[in-house]
Amino acid sequence: MNGVLAGALPAVPLLVALVGLLLPLRARRTAAALGIAGAAVALADAVALAARVKSPTTGGWRLVDFGGGLVVHVSYLLTPAAAVVAVAVGTVALAVQVYSVSYLHDDGRYPPYAAQVSLFTAAMLLVVVSGDLILLLVGWEVMGICSYLLIGHDRTLPEAPAAAVKAFVVTRLGDVGFLLGIALLALAGHSFDVATAGARPATIPALLLLAGVAGKSAQFPLHTWLPDAMAGPTPISALIHAATMVAAGVYVVARLYGVFTPVALAVLGVIAAVTMLLGALAATAQLDIKRVLAWSTVSQVAYMAGGLAVGVPAAALFHLLTHAAFKALLFLAAGAVIHAVGSNLMTRMGGLRAAMPVTFWSMTVGLGALAGLPPLSGFFSKDQILAGAWGAVRHAGPAPRWVAVVVLLAGLATVAVTGWYATRLWLRVFFGPLLGAAHDPPALMGWPIILLAVPSALLGLVVQFAGTFPGLDWLSIGALLLAVAGGAGAWRLWRRGADAVPAVLANAFYLDDVQDALVVRPTLALASAVRRADESLVDGAVEGTGGGALGLGALVARWHRAALPRAATAVLGGALLIGIAAIVLVGLR
Amino acid sequence: MTWVLVAVLAVPAVGAVFRSRAVAAGAAAIAFLLSVALATGRSDGGLTGPIRPWHQLDVSWVPGLNLRFHLGVDGISYPLVVLTTLLTLLCCVYLLWTDGDGTLAALLLVIEVGIVGVFLALDLVLFFVFFEIVLLPMYAVIAGWGGAGRRPAARKFVLYTLFGSVLLLVGVFVVVSRAGTADLVVLSAQHMLPADTQLAAFILLSIAFAVKSPLWPLHTWLPDAHTEAPTVGSVILAGVLLKMGTYGLLRVAVGVLPDGARRVAPVLGVLAVTAILVGGLVCLAQTELKRLIAYSSVGHMGFVLLGIATLTATGFEAALIGNVAHGIITGLLFFLAGAIKDRTHTGDLSELGGLRETAPYLSGILGYAAIASLGLPGLAGFWGEAFAVIAALRRGGPLWTVLAVLAALGGALAAAYFLRLLYRVTHGAARPAVVGIGEPVPGELVAWAPLVVLALAVGLVPALVLGVAQTAVQVMAP
Repeated sequence: MNGVLAGALPAVPLLVALVGLLLPLRARRTAAALGIAGAAVALADAVALAARVKSPTTGGWRLVDFGGGLVVHVSYLLTPAAAVVAVAVGTVALAVQVYSVSYLHDDGRYPPYAAQVSLFTAAMLLVVVSGDLILLLVGWEVMGICSYLLIGHDRTLPEAPAAAVKAFVVTRLGDVGFLLGIALLALAGHSFDVATAGARPATIPALLLLAGVAGKSAQFPLHTWLPDAMAGPTPISALIHAATMVAAGVYVVARLYGVFTPVALAVLGVIAAVTMLLGALAATAQLDIKRVLAWSTVSQVAYMAGGLAVGVPAAALFHLLTHAAFKALLFLAAGAVIHAVGSNLMTRMGGLRAAMPVTFWSMTVGLGALAGLPPLSGFFSKDQILAGAWGAVRHAGPAPRWVAVVVLLAGLATVAVTGWYATRLWLRVFFGPLLGAAHDPPALMGWPIILLAVPSALLGLVVQFAGTFPGLDWLSIGALLLAVAGGAGAWRLWRRGADAVPAVLANAFYLDDVQDALVVRPTLALASAVRRADESLVDGAVEGTGGGALGLGALVARWHRAALPRAATAVLGGALLIGIAAIVLVGLR
Repeated sequence: MTWVLVAVLAVPAVGAVFRSRAVAAGAAAIAFLLSVALATGRSDGGLTGPIRPWHQLDVSWVPGLNLRFHLGVDGISYPLVVLTTLLTLLCCVYLLWTDGDGTLAALLLVIEVGIVGVFLALDLVLFFVFFEIVLLPMYAVIAGWGGAGRRPAARKFVLYTLFGSVLLLVGVFVVVSRAGTADLVVLSAQHMLPADTQLAAFILLSIAFAVKSPLWPLHTWLPDAHTEAPTVGSVILAGVLLKMGTYGLLRVAVGVLPDGARRVAPVLGVLAVTAILVGGLVCLAQTELKRLIAYSSVGHMGFVLLGIATLTATGFEAALIGNVAHGIITGLLFFLAGAIKDRTHTGDLSELGGLRETAPYLSGILGYAAIASLGLPGLAGFWGEAFAVIAALRRGGPLWTVLAVLAALGGALAAAYFLRLLYRVTHGAARPAVVGIGEPVPGELVAWAPLVVLALAVGLVPALVLGVAQTAVQVMAP
């Protein structure tokens, strides 16, 4: 039974997606109904699994044999963590499908959109339940291509296509490492089995896997695609940022945790520390509401990566779940604001508190959870990661102690910065003078927001009281004070009518330009040079051979064009030469 | 079942005589059904060598020269035979539906006879004969029905590949005269040639096959030929004609001359990876639609050759499925490129743009084919490329590890240039060239649909190709 449920988890949305892709472009209602039904079945399936799975179970069948023990299976590996993450994926997917019906009400190409969202869901669920590394890679990359398709969906935005290409190419670059890492794991263990391969510590494969993880989870230095991905429709941002794509990297590290040696975890910890501060600082200086949220995702996913690095994968997954709830909520609510105001820019927003009460209160819950205010969910999950880091500082975790110190310090600093930018967004959107008429979104957009507010508010409390994690201590209070201090700073600045947007932060330390100068432009220049060389040297040699043969032929032909006297002389001379040669040869013998 | 082996060659040969589109489509359909039927009644017939044909026909042909008409099919040749008959059928259907020329359809059937013959031949001289049969009709297809620069392109194609054929001929006669037999089954089982002869013969044969495959730096006939050929010509060229090279390398060169192969393999591996990288980089700077797809073939065939060069069962399986996947996907891509060029009368990427605004379905299918071609897991192109990399890693050692890493980077390059292609062709505002163009017509859809379905089916169930091939590959891996 578990096998059927596990198989149906990705299979149902996949089938829905394939049918949806074949629908005519006008079949809006059918497409919407299909998409919602697919997500709902997946969610119900995930809930059933979460209730049933108490210990790891596995099963499957052989797909293809590549010789040398390299057998690919279609198999599942169900763990309680997998089931819970699947629930989060299903919930966000369902919310996005319902919300999109209203958000994209005037979109002329709804069926492929809804189908691609279903395919995205299927791919993430495949990553979640897969028991085979190759199968995991399939889901992993299909997610990438879905993000490409969906980010480029809006045909009116000139920047959308380039952002879509960037998202896929950057993550694909990381996936080069991911593929090599999987290959090395499989070759060492003679198996693509996740449970087998994931239990064998190996530094080089782990580092290679981290390249793919950094790409998918938008970690430094492969984070640059995520802010640009805001060109996608807002529900897609919710999908990518909350429960799929960026969460996949963290999830996979947790699933293959046994592979990660202290060296690999140290690298992960440093990446996480850099990324969390980088993302949070960049978020403070954005004017586009979605870009604030995008940078906050970069920063929050880095918390999860930090938790993994200091040896508390359970806390990282806890934060993954709470973040999934509050980030999906924040994006969908931001979509409601954008829908009402008609712009992404916070300079065009303000005073929406009274006009959009539902959105205001939901977003307040989301931002509070993000900033880590008790009793909202983010407070508990973030504190578990900080507590884990502190524990690793005192008792030494799997990674070296200095890594835990770095993660802890970066984490605490990020708490303050997070408080700052969350407050800034809250004040700029909902307080101050009202700039124009606005109203709460229609029901199909409103209900997903309200329903997501429930786990955003309560999930932390529930998990904490379930007793899975240790209680709170002075560190929580310190972190809370830092968050409040950050918020107060933003409030003081806002009250003076000022806003701090230093160019270096607004441009996220110019890392896009660095990437452009170090990777993109050299590659393109190399490509032009190779093309020229291929055409003029390699093909030139071929054409030259042809031309040379023709020229030689013409030359020889010219020699043969002679008047009778010279021709006769030549023939007689030739005969004489042959005669002499014959005599000499015969004579010699 | 032996009569099927003959019929699968005879039906298209007879069909070609009529020079009619309808007869050609009928003959191609019968040949396709016959080729599929070859998989029935599989058994290794008690043979123990590396080649264990399921069915074979072995009759004396020219007794004075000890030549035999020896045909057979096994797990390595079967997928390629079916791919050939399928693509020929689709091209004939396409010609039937789109008012193509009867003579062109007849030429496709002649080409089919040659290519299927290459895959079925178990006699080295017979193999050479079939190898040569393909050349002139393909020349005629390019020179007769091609684009503006068709004559120079056709001439280059025929002269370049004739150069390869000369080396093939010399190589074949070195092997046959030294070994005293031309029977591939015997030759691959006994390895009776001394090491130095093997090395010399392997170099000759591998250059000949490298021209056909093509392998960098012997590839420059390909972009011109593919670009100038008519749509069906490009489909057959890229889809199956190139596979004669990789098949020959695997079955003849590596199969008969394993010692030579072992000594040359590192060179082949380096050239294959160079092809992957050069092909990718040229695509990134390419400005013509069909040339870009042609150069992408150089890169994809690089993965196939890398798989063969590893001389491992994993690599051979990767090469085999890579061959088939490339045939399906690039066949589809050339169909689409042809459709776009027929409608817009340009292949210049700077003049195209905004296809998804004016022809969303055509644009969607192009997107699907491009994504399949960049090797997305879950579609057919993935298996060959990923497992060629894995096979190289399996060889181990610094050289092969570096080759694996570079090949994997070439995979990322494929994503960059194919998405650049889509960015230029499908996205953005509609350019004048694409305004008012039509969506696919039924004839096109009938020709494309099987390829669309197969790209997904082989991607989800690679055993469709490798299931029949497994035994054959594993007995031949040294």
